[in-house]
Amino acid sequence: MIDKRVESFAAALAGVKDGDVILCSGFGKAGEPRALIDALAEIDVRDLTVVSNNGGSGVNGVAGLLKSGRVRKLICSYPRSGDPVVFDQLYREQKLELEIVPQGTMSERMRAAGAGIGGFFTRTGAGTRLAEGKETRMIDGQLHIFEKPLPGDFALIMAQCADRWGNLIYRKAARNFNPVMATAGKVTVAQIAELVDLGTLDPEAIATPGIYVDRLVVSP
Amino acid sequence: MKPLTRRQMAWCAARDIVEGWYINLGIGMPTMVSDYIPDGREIIFHSENGILGMGGAPKPGEEDPDLINAGRGLTTLVPGGSFFHHNEAFVMIRGGHVDLSIMGAYEVSAKGDLANWTTDSDTLAPGVGGAMDLAAGAKRVWALMEHNAKDGSPRIRETCSLPLTASGCVTRIYTNMAVLDITPDGVAVREIVEGLDLAGLQKVTEPKLVLASDWKMIVAPEM
Repeated sequence: MIDKRVESFAAALAGVKDGDVILCSGFGKAGEPRALIDALAEIDVRDLTVVSNNGGSGVNGVAGLLKSGRVRKLICSYPRSGDPVVFDQLYREQKLELEIVPQGTMSERMRAAGAGIGGFFTRTGAGTRLAEGKETRMIDGQLHIFEKPLPGDFALIMAQCADRWGNLIYRKAARNFNPVMATAGKVTVAQIAELVDLGTLDPEAIATPGIYVDRLVVSP
Repeated sequence: MKPLTRRQMAWCAARDIVEGWYINLGIGMPTMVSDYIPDGREIIFHSENGILGMGGAPKPGEEDPDLINAGRGLTTLVPGGSFFHHNEAFVMIRGGHVDLSIMGAYEVSAKGDLANWTTDSDTLAPGVGGAMDLAAGAKRVWALMEHNAKDGSPRIRETCSLPLTASGCVTRIYTNMAVLDITPDGVAVREIVEGLDLAGLQKVTEPKLVLASDWKMIVAPEM
Protein backbone atom coordinates (compact mmCIF):
# COMPACT_ATOMS: atom_id res chain seq x y z
CA MET A 1 0.00 0.00 0.00
CA ILE A 2 1.28 3.42 -0.90
CA ASP A 3 1.30 5.64 2.14
CA LYS A 4 3.46 8.75 2.04
CA ARG A 5 2.66 9.81 5.59
CA VAL A 6 5.51 10.05 8.05
CA GLU A 7 4.92 10.38 11.76
CA SER A 8 7.41 13.08 12.71
CA PHE A 9 9.12 16.16 11.34
CA ALA A 10 12.45 14.41 11.86
CA ALA A 11 11.30 11.61 9.56
CA ALA A 12 9.95 14.15 7.11
CA LEU A 13 13.36 15.79 6.87
CA ALA A 14 15.50 12.64 6.98
CA GLY A 15 18.41 12.85 4.57
CA VAL A 16 18.95 16.62 4.59
CA LYS A 17 22.71 17.16 4.44
CA ASP A 18 25.31 19.93 4.42
CA GLY A 19 25.20 22.12 1.32
CA ASP A 20 21.68 21.13 0.27
CA VAL A 21 19.42 23.47 -1.65
CA ILE A 22 16.09 23.81 0.19
CA LEU A 23 13.06 25.23 -1.59
CA CYS A 24 10.84 26.87 1.04
CA SER A 25 7.37 27.74 -0.17
CA GLY A 26 4.97 30.41 0.96
CA PHE A 27 4.19 34.02 0.24
CA GLY A 28 4.21 35.79 3.53
CA LYS A 29 2.54 33.38 5.94
CA ALA A 30 0.12 32.05 3.32
CA GLY A 31 1.21 28.61 2.16
CA GLU A 32 4.33 28.59 4.30
CA PRO A 33 5.24 25.16 5.77
CA ARG A 34 6.12 26.86 9.02
CA ALA A 35 6.41 23.75 11.21
CA LEU A 36 8.66 21.98 8.68
CA ILE A 37 10.96 24.99 8.36
CA ASP A 38 11.13 25.38 12.13
CA ALA A 39 12.02 21.68 12.41
CA LEU A 40 14.77 22.07 9.82
CA ALA A 41 16.30 24.86 11.92
CA GLU A 42 16.79 22.25 14.68
CA ILE A 43 18.74 19.80 12.51
CA ASP A 44 22.53 19.84 12.63
CA VAL A 45 23.37 20.77 9.03
CA ARG A 46 25.25 23.70 7.53
CA ASP A 47 25.88 25.66 4.34
CA LEU A 48 22.32 25.31 3.14
CA THR A 49 21.04 27.36 0.23
CA VAL A 50 17.47 28.50 0.84
CA VAL A 51 15.17 29.43 -2.02
CA SER A 52 12.22 31.46 -0.79
CA ASN A 53 10.39 34.52 -2.03
CA ASN A 54 11.49 36.48 1.04
CA GLY A 55 14.09 36.50 3.77
CA GLY A 56 11.52 35.84 6.47
CA SER A 57 9.68 38.05 8.90
CA GLY A 58 10.04 38.09 12.67
CA VAL A 59 12.06 35.24 14.16
CA ASN A 60 10.28 32.06 13.02
CA GLY A 61 9.93 30.23 9.72
CA VAL A 62 12.56 31.25 7.17
CA ALA A 63 13.78 33.97 9.55
CA GLY A 64 14.39 31.35 12.24
CA LEU A 65 16.20 29.11 9.76
CA LEU A 66 18.48 32.01 8.78
CA LYS A 67 19.02 32.83 12.45
CA SER A 68 20.06 29.24 13.16
CA GLY A 69 23.26 29.88 11.19
CA ARG A 70 22.68 26.87 8.94
CA VAL A 71 22.17 28.90 5.78
CA ARG A 72 25.02 30.10 3.59
CA LYS A 73 23.01 31.56 0.75
CA LEU A 74 19.53 32.95 0.16
CA ILE A 75 17.96 33.02 -3.29
CA CYS A 76 14.86 35.21 -3.33
CA SER A 77 13.00 37.95 -5.16
CA TYR A 78 12.40 40.32 -2.27
CA PRO A 79 14.42 39.72 0.90
CA ARG A 80 12.99 42.50 3.05
CA SER A 81 9.36 41.83 3.78
CA GLY A 82 7.24 42.33 6.87
CA ASP A 83 9.69 42.56 9.74
CA PRO A 84 13.06 41.42 8.30
CA VAL A 85 15.09 41.82 11.50
CA VAL A 86 17.06 38.60 11.10
CA PHE A 87 17.80 39.04 7.41
CA ASP A 88 18.86 42.68 7.85
CA GLN A 89 21.33 41.82 10.57
CA LEU A 90 22.91 38.94 8.65
CA TYR A 91 23.10 41.10 5.52
CA ARG A 92 24.72 43.97 7.41
CA GLU A 93 27.25 41.62 8.95
CA GLN A 94 27.89 40.02 5.53
CA LYS A 95 27.09 36.58 6.91
CA LEU A 96 24.70 35.64 4.13
CA GLU A 97 25.17 35.40 0.37
CA LEU A 98 22.23 36.91 -1.48
CA GLU A 99 21.03 36.20 -5.01
CA ILE A 100 18.14 38.40 -6.14
CA VAL A 101 15.96 36.78 -8.82
CA PRO A 102 12.86 38.36 -10.37
CA GLN A 103 9.83 36.63 -8.92
CA GLY A 104 8.54 35.20 -12.19
CA THR A 105 12.02 34.09 -13.21
CA MET A 106 12.50 32.35 -9.86
CA SER A 107 9.25 30.49 -10.35
CA GLU A 108 10.02 29.61 -13.98
CA ARG A 109 13.53 28.41 -13.09
CA MET A 110 11.94 25.94 -10.67
CA ARG A 111 9.39 24.97 -13.29
CA ALA A 112 12.25 24.28 -15.70
CA ALA A 113 13.96 22.12 -13.08
CA GLY A 114 10.77 20.20 -12.42
CA ALA A 115 9.97 19.83 -16.11
CA GLY A 116 13.41 18.64 -17.17
CA ILE A 117 14.08 21.74 -19.24
CA GLY A 118 17.67 23.01 -19.46
CA GLY A 119 16.72 26.64 -18.92
CA PHE A 120 14.97 29.33 -20.90
CA PHE A 121 15.38 32.74 -22.50
CA THR A 122 13.32 35.58 -21.05
CA ARG A 123 12.99 39.33 -21.55
CA THR A 124 12.64 39.76 -17.79
CA GLY A 125 15.80 41.42 -16.49
CA ALA A 126 17.36 41.93 -19.95
CA GLY A 127 19.61 44.99 -19.98
CA THR A 128 19.58 45.29 -16.19
CA ARG A 129 22.14 44.63 -13.50
CA LEU A 130 20.55 41.22 -12.85
CA ALA A 131 21.56 40.18 -16.39
CA GLU A 132 25.26 40.60 -15.70
CA GLY A 133 27.22 37.50 -16.69
CA LYS A 134 24.21 35.87 -18.35
CA GLU A 135 24.07 34.71 -21.95
CA THR A 136 21.93 36.96 -24.16
CA ARG A 137 20.12 36.39 -27.41
CA MET A 138 18.00 38.53 -29.72
CA ILE A 139 14.74 36.69 -30.38
CA ASP A 140 12.30 38.32 -32.79
CA GLY A 141 14.11 41.62 -32.34
CA GLN A 142 13.95 41.59 -28.55
CA LEU A 143 16.79 41.11 -26.11
CA HIS A 144 16.46 37.99 -23.97
CA ILE A 145 18.66 36.55 -21.24
CA PHE A 146 19.27 32.91 -20.44
CA GLU A 147 18.14 31.59 -17.08
CA LYS A 148 19.11 28.18 -15.70
CA PRO A 149 16.91 25.66 -13.91
CA LEU A 150 16.72 25.91 -10.12
CA PRO A 151 16.28 22.45 -8.60
CA GLY A 152 16.12 21.72 -4.88
CA ASP A 153 17.48 18.78 -2.92
CA PHE A 154 14.39 19.23 -0.78
CA ALA A 155 11.17 21.12 -1.44
CA LEU A 156 9.23 22.04 1.69
CA ILE A 157 5.66 22.86 0.80
CA MET A 158 2.30 23.32 2.48
CA ALA A 159 -1.16 22.15 1.45
CA GLN A 160 -4.59 22.23 2.96
CA CYS A 161 -5.63 18.71 2.19
CA ALA A 162 -3.97 15.49 1.04
CA ASP A 163 -4.65 11.78 0.61
CA ARG A 164 -2.13 9.04 1.30
CA TRP A 165 -0.94 9.11 -2.32
CA GLY A 166 0.17 12.72 -1.86
CA ASN A 167 -2.50 14.31 -4.03
CA LEU A 168 -2.78 17.89 -2.83
CA ILE A 169 -5.40 20.60 -2.67
CA TYR A 170 -4.54 24.13 -1.61
CA ARG A 171 -6.55 26.91 -0.08
CA LYS A 172 -7.01 30.28 -1.83
CA ALA A 173 -3.81 32.31 -2.28
CA ALA A 174 -1.91 29.84 -0.07
CA ARG A 175 -1.28 27.89 -3.28
CA ASN A 176 1.41 30.34 -4.52
CA PHE A 177 4.82 28.62 -4.97
CA ASN A 178 3.70 25.21 -3.66
CA PRO A 179 2.82 23.44 -6.93
CA VAL A 180 5.96 24.56 -8.76
CA MET A 181 8.26 23.79 -5.83
CA ALA A 182 6.62 20.36 -5.54
CA THR A 183 7.88 19.53 -9.03
CA ALA A 184 11.40 20.88 -8.46
CA GLY A 185 12.43 19.03 -5.29
CA LYS A 186 14.41 15.78 -5.45
CA VAL A 187 12.56 15.06 -2.24
CA THR A 188 9.29 16.93 -1.82
CA VAL A 189 7.81 17.10 1.66
CA ALA A 190 4.32 18.48 2.17
CA GLN A 191 3.13 19.78 5.50
CA ILE A 192 -0.62 19.30 5.38
CA ALA A 193 -3.45 20.57 7.53
CA GLU A 194 -5.69 17.57 6.92
CA LEU A 195 -5.39 14.01 5.62
CA VAL A 196 -8.45 12.56 3.92
CA ASP A 197 -9.32 9.09 2.63
CA LEU A 198 -8.08 8.11 -0.80
CA GLY A 199 -10.75 8.80 -3.37
CA THR A 200 -12.46 11.59 -1.51
CA LEU A 201 -10.57 14.50 -3.11
CA ASP A 202 -12.29 15.82 -6.21
CA PRO A 203 -10.01 14.69 -9.09
CA GLU A 204 -10.88 17.91 -10.95
CA ALA A 205 -9.64 20.00 -8.02
CA ILE A 206 -6.34 18.25 -7.27
CA ALA A 207 -3.73 20.95 -7.97
CA THR A 208 -0.65 18.82 -7.29
CA PRO A 209 -0.89 15.16 -8.29
CA GLY A 210 0.85 12.85 -5.85
CA ILE A 211 3.59 11.88 -8.32
CA TYR A 212 5.49 15.00 -7.21
CA VAL A 213 5.12 14.37 -3.49
CA ASP A 214 7.38 12.04 -1.50
CA ARG A 215 6.42 12.60 2.12
CA LEU A 216 3.45 13.97 4.00
CA VAL A 217 3.44 15.26 7.53
CA VAL A 218 0.27 16.36 9.25
CA SER A 219 0.38 19.63 11.17
CA PRO A 220 -3.15 20.90 11.85
CA MET B 1 0.16 75.90 -8.43
CA LYS B 2 -1.37 73.23 -6.21
CA PRO B 3 0.15 69.78 -6.80
CA LEU B 4 -2.13 66.75 -6.69
CA THR B 5 -2.38 64.67 -3.54
CA ARG B 6 -1.44 61.00 -3.73
CA ARG B 7 -5.14 60.08 -3.79
CA GLN B 8 -5.78 62.52 -6.63
CA MET B 9 -2.90 60.98 -8.58
CA ALA B 10 -4.45 57.53 -8.13
CA TRP B 11 -7.83 58.96 -9.18
CA CYS B 12 -6.30 60.32 -12.40
CA ALA B 13 -4.92 56.90 -13.36
CA ALA B 14 -8.18 55.12 -12.41
CA ARG B 15 -10.18 57.44 -14.68
CA ASP B 16 -8.13 56.34 -17.72
CA ILE B 17 -8.51 52.58 -17.22
CA VAL B 18 -10.57 50.87 -19.91
CA GLU B 19 -13.41 48.46 -19.14
CA GLY B 20 -12.38 44.85 -19.50
CA TRP B 21 -8.71 45.32 -18.77
CA TYR B 22 -6.81 42.85 -16.58
CA ILE B 23 -4.68 45.00 -14.30
CA ASN B 24 -1.84 44.48 -11.87
CA LEU B 25 -1.32 47.24 -9.30
CA GLY B 26 2.03 47.67 -7.59
CA ILE B 27 2.46 47.96 -3.85
CA GLY B 28 1.97 51.40 -2.29
CA MET B 29 0.37 54.29 -4.14
CA PRO B 30 -0.71 52.19 -7.17
CA THR B 31 -2.87 50.04 -4.88
CA MET B 32 -5.01 53.15 -4.22
CA VAL B 33 -6.05 53.19 -7.89
CA SER B 34 -8.56 50.42 -7.19
CA ASP B 35 -10.45 52.81 -4.86
CA TYR B 36 -11.32 55.16 -7.74
CA ILE B 37 -12.46 52.97 -10.63
CA PRO B 38 -15.60 54.75 -11.91
CA ASP B 39 -18.86 53.02 -10.97
CA GLY B 40 -20.10 50.51 -13.51
CA ARG B 41 -16.73 49.97 -15.19
CA GLU B 42 -15.80 46.29 -14.95
CA ILE B 43 -12.06 45.77 -14.33
CA ILE B 44 -10.30 42.58 -13.25
CA PHE B 45 -7.42 42.89 -10.82
CA HIS B 46 -4.53 40.43 -10.99
CA SER B 47 -2.21 39.65 -8.10
CA GLU B 48 1.10 37.90 -8.75
CA ASN B 49 0.61 35.56 -5.80
CA GLY B 50 -2.16 33.83 -7.73
CA ILE B 51 -5.39 35.79 -7.83
CA LEU B 52 -7.59 37.11 -10.64
CA GLY B 53 -10.62 39.09 -9.58
CA MET B 54 -9.10 40.50 -6.44
CA GLY B 55 -11.52 42.69 -4.50
CA GLY B 56 -11.08 45.29 -1.80
CA ALA B 57 -10.13 44.94 1.84
CA PRO B 58 -12.28 42.49 3.84
CA LYS B 59 -14.98 43.63 6.24
CA PRO B 60 -14.24 43.12 9.93
CA GLY B 61 -14.80 39.46 10.74
CA GLU B 62 -14.27 38.32 7.14
CA GLU B 63 -10.46 38.43 7.14
CA ASP B 64 -8.76 35.28 5.81
CA PRO B 65 -4.99 34.84 6.24
CA ASP B 66 -4.90 32.66 3.09
CA LEU B 67 -6.36 35.49 1.02
CA ILE B 68 -3.67 38.15 0.76
CA ASN B 69 -2.44 40.50 -1.94
CA ALA B 70 1.08 40.98 -3.28
CA GLY B 71 1.82 43.37 -0.44
CA ARG B 72 0.68 40.70 2.05
CA GLY B 73 -2.33 42.78 2.99
CA LEU B 74 -5.66 41.02 3.54
CA THR B 75 -7.91 41.08 0.50
CA THR B 76 -11.06 39.50 -0.96
CA LEU B 77 -12.19 37.70 -4.11
CA VAL B 78 -15.00 39.06 -6.29
CA PRO B 79 -17.61 36.73 -7.86
CA GLY B 80 -15.93 35.21 -10.93
CA GLY B 81 -12.49 35.39 -9.35
CA SER B 82 -10.00 32.51 -9.48
CA PHE B 83 -6.91 31.16 -7.74
CA PHE B 84 -3.86 29.68 -9.45
CA HIS B 85 -0.23 29.09 -8.64
CA HIS B 86 2.70 31.49 -8.88
CA ASN B 87 4.04 30.15 -12.11
CA GLU B 88 0.73 30.66 -13.86
CA ALA B 89 0.48 34.17 -12.40
CA PHE B 90 3.70 34.98 -14.22
CA VAL B 91 2.67 33.21 -17.40
CA MET B 92 -0.11 35.81 -17.42
CA ILE B 93 2.41 38.60 -16.86
CA ARG B 94 5.27 37.53 -19.13
CA GLY B 95 2.95 36.21 -21.79
CA GLY B 96 1.43 39.65 -22.30
CA HIS B 97 -2.01 38.70 -21.01
CA VAL B 98 -2.09 41.45 -18.38
CA ASP B 99 -3.30 44.64 -20.07
CA LEU B 100 -1.81 47.11 -17.65
CA SER B 101 0.75 47.27 -14.88
CA ILE B 102 0.78 50.39 -12.71
CA MET B 103 3.94 50.71 -10.68
CA GLY B 104 5.63 53.29 -8.55
CA ALA B 105 8.97 54.56 -9.81
CA TYR B 106 12.12 56.33 -8.69
CA GLU B 107 12.89 57.50 -12.22
CA VAL B 108 11.57 57.22 -15.76
CA SER B 109 13.63 58.22 -18.79
CA ALA B 110 12.53 60.07 -21.92
CA LYS B 111 12.58 56.69 -23.71
CA GLY B 112 10.38 55.04 -21.10
CA ASP B 113 13.16 53.27 -19.22
CA LEU B 114 11.99 52.42 -15.70
CA ALA B 115 14.06 52.48 -12.50
CA ASN B 116 12.05 51.31 -9.51
CA TRP B 117 13.80 48.44 -7.76
CA THR B 118 16.90 49.72 -6.04
CA THR B 119 18.38 52.99 -4.83
CA ASP B 120 21.75 51.30 -4.24
CA SER B 121 21.55 51.73 -0.50
CA ASP B 122 24.69 50.65 1.34
CA THR B 123 22.86 49.31 4.34
CA LEU B 124 19.63 47.76 3.03
CA ALA B 125 19.46 44.89 0.56
CA PRO B 126 17.62 45.48 -2.71
CA GLY B 127 14.51 43.54 -3.65
CA VAL B 128 12.94 43.20 -7.06
CA GLY B 129 9.80 41.13 -6.46
CA GLY B 130 7.78 40.94 -9.66
CA ALA B 131 8.75 44.39 -10.96
CA MET B 132 11.07 43.20 -13.73
CA ASP B 133 8.59 40.58 -14.94
CA LEU B 134 5.77 43.14 -15.01
CA ALA B 135 7.91 45.78 -16.70
CA ALA B 136 9.03 43.34 -19.38
CA GLY B 137 5.78 41.49 -19.84
CA ALA B 138 2.66 43.57 -19.28
CA LYS B 139 0.99 44.96 -22.40
CA ARG B 140 1.46 48.48 -21.06
CA VAL B 141 3.18 50.00 -18.06
CA TRP B 142 2.14 53.24 -16.37
CA ALA B 143 4.33 54.87 -13.74
CA LEU B 144 2.74 56.65 -10.79
CA MET B 145 5.20 58.88 -8.94
CA GLU B 146 5.88 62.31 -7.45
CA HIS B 147 7.21 64.59 -10.17
CA ASN B 148 10.38 65.36 -8.23
CA ALA B 149 12.53 63.64 -5.64
CA LYS B 150 12.59 64.92 -2.07
CA ASP B 151 15.63 67.09 -2.88
CA GLY B 152 13.74 68.62 -5.80
CA SER B 153 15.69 66.84 -8.53
CA PRO B 154 13.69 65.62 -11.52
CA ARG B 155 12.50 62.01 -11.61
CA ILE B 156 11.73 62.23 -15.32
CA ARG B 157 15.19 62.17 -16.84
CA GLU B 158 17.03 61.97 -20.15
CA THR B 159 18.52 58.70 -18.91
CA CYS B 160 17.94 57.04 -15.55
CA SER B 161 20.69 57.51 -12.97
CA LEU B 162 19.53 54.49 -10.93
CA PRO B 163 19.74 50.81 -12.01
CA LEU B 164 17.06 49.92 -14.56
CA THR B 165 14.10 47.62 -14.01
CA ALA B 166 13.50 47.43 -17.78
CA SER B 167 14.20 49.64 -20.74
CA GLY B 168 11.59 51.33 -22.88
CA CYS B 169 8.57 49.89 -21.07
CA VAL B 170 6.73 52.92 -19.63
CA THR B 171 4.18 54.54 -21.93
CA ARG B 172 2.54 56.95 -19.49
CA ILE B 173 3.49 58.78 -16.29
CA TYR B 174 1.09 60.15 -13.69
CA THR B 175 2.71 62.66 -11.35
CA ASN B 176 1.46 65.22 -8.85
CA MET B 177 1.90 67.89 -11.54
CA ALA B 178 1.01 66.31 -14.86
CA VAL B 179 0.05 63.32 -16.97
CA LEU B 180 2.66 62.61 -19.61
CA ASP B 181 3.02 60.19 -22.50
CA ILE B 182 6.29 58.72 -23.72
CA THR B 183 6.08 59.13 -27.50
CA PRO B 184 8.54 58.77 -30.38
CA ASP B 185 8.48 62.58 -30.58
CA GLY B 186 9.42 63.01 -26.93
CA VAL B 187 7.68 63.39 -23.60
CA ALA B 188 4.22 64.78 -24.32
CA VAL B 189 2.17 66.63 -21.72
CA ARG B 190 -1.44 65.41 -21.87
CA GLU B 191 -2.65 67.09 -18.72
CA ILE B 192 -1.27 69.62 -16.30
CA VAL B 193 -2.40 70.88 -12.90
CA GLU B 194 -4.08 74.23 -12.58
CA GLY B 195 -1.71 77.16 -12.16
CA LEU B 196 1.26 75.49 -13.85
CA ASP B 197 2.30 76.15 -17.43
CA LEU B 198 4.57 74.24 -19.78
CA ALA B 199 7.57 76.43 -18.93
CA GLY B 200 7.02 75.83 -15.22
CA LEU B 201 6.74 72.07 -15.73
CA GLN B 202 9.82 72.07 -17.98
CA LYS B 203 11.88 73.63 -15.17
CA VAL B 204 11.36 70.51 -13.00
CA THR B 205 11.66 67.97 -15.83
CA GLU B 206 14.93 67.00 -17.52
CA PRO B 207 13.93 65.96 -21.05
CA LYS B 208 12.40 68.47 -23.47
CA LEU B 209 8.61 68.46 -23.13
CA VAL B 210 6.11 68.87 -25.93
CA LEU B 211 2.49 69.84 -25.42
CA ALA B 212 -0.04 67.35 -26.78
CA SER B 213 -2.42 68.99 -29.24
CA ASP B 214 -5.41 68.02 -27.09
CA TRP B 215 -3.82 68.82 -23.71
CA LYS B 216 -6.06 69.89 -20.88
CA MET B 217 -6.08 71.01 -17.29
CA ILE B 218 -6.50 68.36 -14.57
CA VAL B 219 -9.76 68.83 -12.69
CA ALA B 220 -9.64 66.36 -9.80
CA PRO B 221 -12.03 66.20 -6.84
CA GLU B 222 -10.63 67.25 -3.49
CA MET B 223 -9.26 64.26 -1.54
